[in-house]
Amino acid sequence: MSVAAASASELTRARVRSAWIFLTPMMIVLALVAGWPLIRTIYFAFTDANLSALDNTRFIGLANFLEYYEGEWYGLLVDPDWWNAVWNTIWFTVVSVALETVFGMIVALTLNTAFKGRGYLRAAILIPWAIPTIVSAKMWGWMLHDQFGILNEILMGIGIISQPIAWTASPDTAMWAVIMVDVWKTTPFMALLILAGLQILPTDCYEAAKVDGIHPVRVFFKVTLPLIRPALVVALIFRGLDALRIFDLIYVLTSNSRETMTMSVYARQQLVDFQEVGYGSAASTMLFMIIAVLVVLTLTVGKVRLGEDAK
Amino acid sequence: MKFQALFGASALALAAVLTASPVTAASVSISCGAVGQELELCREAADAWANKTGNEVVVVSTPNSTTERLALYQQLLAAGADDIDVFQIDVIWPGILGSHFIDLAPYSVGAEKEHFSSIIENNTVEGKLVAMPWFTDAGVLYYRSDLLEKHGEDVPQTWEEMTATAKKIQDAERAEGNDGMWGFVFQGKAYEGLTCDALEWIDAYGGGTIVNAEGDVTVNNESALAALKVAGSWVGNIAPEGVLNYAEEEARGVFQSGNAVFMRNWPYAWALGNSVDSPVKGKIGVTALPKGGSDGKHTGTLGGWQLAVSKYSKNPEVAADLVMYLTSYDEQKRRAVKGAYNPTIAALYEDQEVLEANPFFGELYDTFVNAVARPSRVTGTTYNQVSNEFWNETHAVLSGTKSPEDALSDLERSLKRMSRRGW
Repeated sequence: MSVAAASASELTRARVRSAWIFLTPMMIVLALVAGWPLIRTIYFAFTDANLSALDNTRFIGLANFLEYYEGEWYGLLVDPDWWNAVWNTIWFTVVSVALETVFGMIVALTLNTAFKGRGYLRAAILIPWAIPTIVSAKMWGWMLHDQFGILNEILMGIGIISQPIAWTASPDTAMWAVIMVDVWKTTPFMALLILAGLQILPTDCYEAAKVDGIHPVRVFFKVTLPLIRPALVVALIFRGLDALRIFDLIYVLTSNSRETMTMSVYARQQLVDFQEVGYGSAASTMLFMIIAVLVVLTLTVGKVRLGEDAK
Repeated sequence: MKFQALFGASALALAAVLTASPVTAASVSISCGAVGQELELCREAADAWANKTGNEVVVVSTPNSTTERLALYQQLLAAGADDIDVFQIDVIWPGILGSHFIDLAPYSVGAEKEHFSSIIENNTVEGKLVAMPWFTDAGVLYYRSDLLEKHGEDVPQTWEEMTATAKKIQDAERAEGNDGMWGFVFQGKAYEGLTCDALEWIDAYGGGTIVNAEGDVTVNNESALAALKVAGSWVGNIAPEGVLNYAEEEARGVFQSGNAVFMRNWPYAWALGNSVDSPVKGKIGVTALPKGGSDGKHTGTLGGWQLAVSKYSKNPEVAADLVMYLTSYDEQKRRAVKGAYNPTIAALYEDQEVLEANPFFGELYDTFVNAVARPSRVTGTTYNQVSNEFWNETHAVLSGTKSPEDALSDLERSLKRMSRRGW
């Protein structure tokens, strides 16, 4: 008994050791390409660093975040532009990811049924996702142009609108234009992840449902949805993280406009346009923390639900 | 033995080749704008210089938006990159980027004295001549002379007259079936160009220059309010809503395809508007921007571009030689005749060929020389943030999300916050 336990723990130790040996190179690389820049950004957040003179950096404590000076509060936490950017980002993330999930689900369910040419269609549907964002954003920018854009041409041709709409310029439509392009671009990604979940579902539940004569809509909500929930949660987290740091699409379509400015656009503007490396790093650090909190929240909520299912 | 001889012979041949090749030829790269004919003119001149001197030159095109171009330069220069030797820089940038450029005075040997002294002063940072003037700019008003004549209207002298005339012609043209006609296009996108346009409106009413020479925030005043009220009435009325996302080239696209009565733009649009394939060739006129009310003044924002040599360049002498060639009398004359780029050498405004190609150069000489400068000197490295606040508040007024009163008081507050410890 004791001999067996000793050899088991010996084996475990050996396994742990080799696990560390295999993990070390990757952890070193991660520390270099992700850890070091992150720590440096957080360090800069507490300094007054300026891009034109990075050597002349002073430590200024929390002043980038909040500072009291001659009767008024200053800093990131009281900057209305920053909170506007936070709100824009969250609004964009919630709306675009929700739409992409619904459309992605429809596409995945369609592609999951057997029909001729399914393989080609699956490949074709990935095209929007495969085009580099800069290219597709510029392409949409032209299609949405108020004077020369094809979208206005089509809508006016079929008589839905009488005057061309300035999609990316008007404050009412700018955010919706961005969301529309993002949905166009990323729905295939959602569809692919959901389709992967659908492919591994057991067929017996469906046969049983068929025998019992259950309505397909009921089958979807009672059988399919609970079964693909793990895949769906992973897809939602992936997309959510991606959407929270959205930059390229918005920058190309609407530049630095306040109506669509997200946290990343705000941080870049401070860092590059204004050369305020300290203040911009403070914004990047906040962006990092907000995303971290949201991920922890999503994971917790996701797990709790999975736990309930197990009962 | 045989092998050794062969080896020795080839080594000799190699040495001969190496020593025979010229050692003086250098390769320099220059960043040029690509608005209108800029890139083409730049390439022609750079090639001419390369042929003359035997050096090689690489022309790099940069983003059209000044704001994006500055961001690109800042990243390149902050990293100390030697990829670009000669930078084309905006008139407002010597203060922001000056520390990255070499002093050109040893290479210009007095040539700068022929140029406008106000620009040379602008380009001198801490006693160093960081850039040579290449061309100057001031905002001007383009109009469709054929349409004004057809509808019996005069060239407007005030912004109020411009608004009324634009509205009248736009409505009359649309009634005749010309659905795509608009009264006025300008640079309404949230970027540096809007700062130029809006400064012209405010200055026309005598509302100052946002921040005065002493560094006080002066923008929240009655005259500036009057200017923004007029400008706030344009979008959707005489200007398409898309103007809120137009830079120079988008505005020119609408005007040159014949879909606008008036356009605010820089002089470069003249040569293109009168080019062979232009639908409005021979139907356009240029005048000074309108006054703000009858007591206002004609004004234009000082623009223009300079050439500077990076201190990270491997061949600063060769690069400086290229700068001196491009900013010379002959090259500025060629650019003025062919592309309507305003020379920075006063004598060229009396040159017959230049005046023949651009009749308005003579008439608007005062506008070009007395153009209103953006407050980039007094606000120094903070200028970009000041301008950003200004264009964002103006953009909010144009798009109707903020009243002019609120926008000006918000702007005043944020600028005062920004300058709490001096600029």
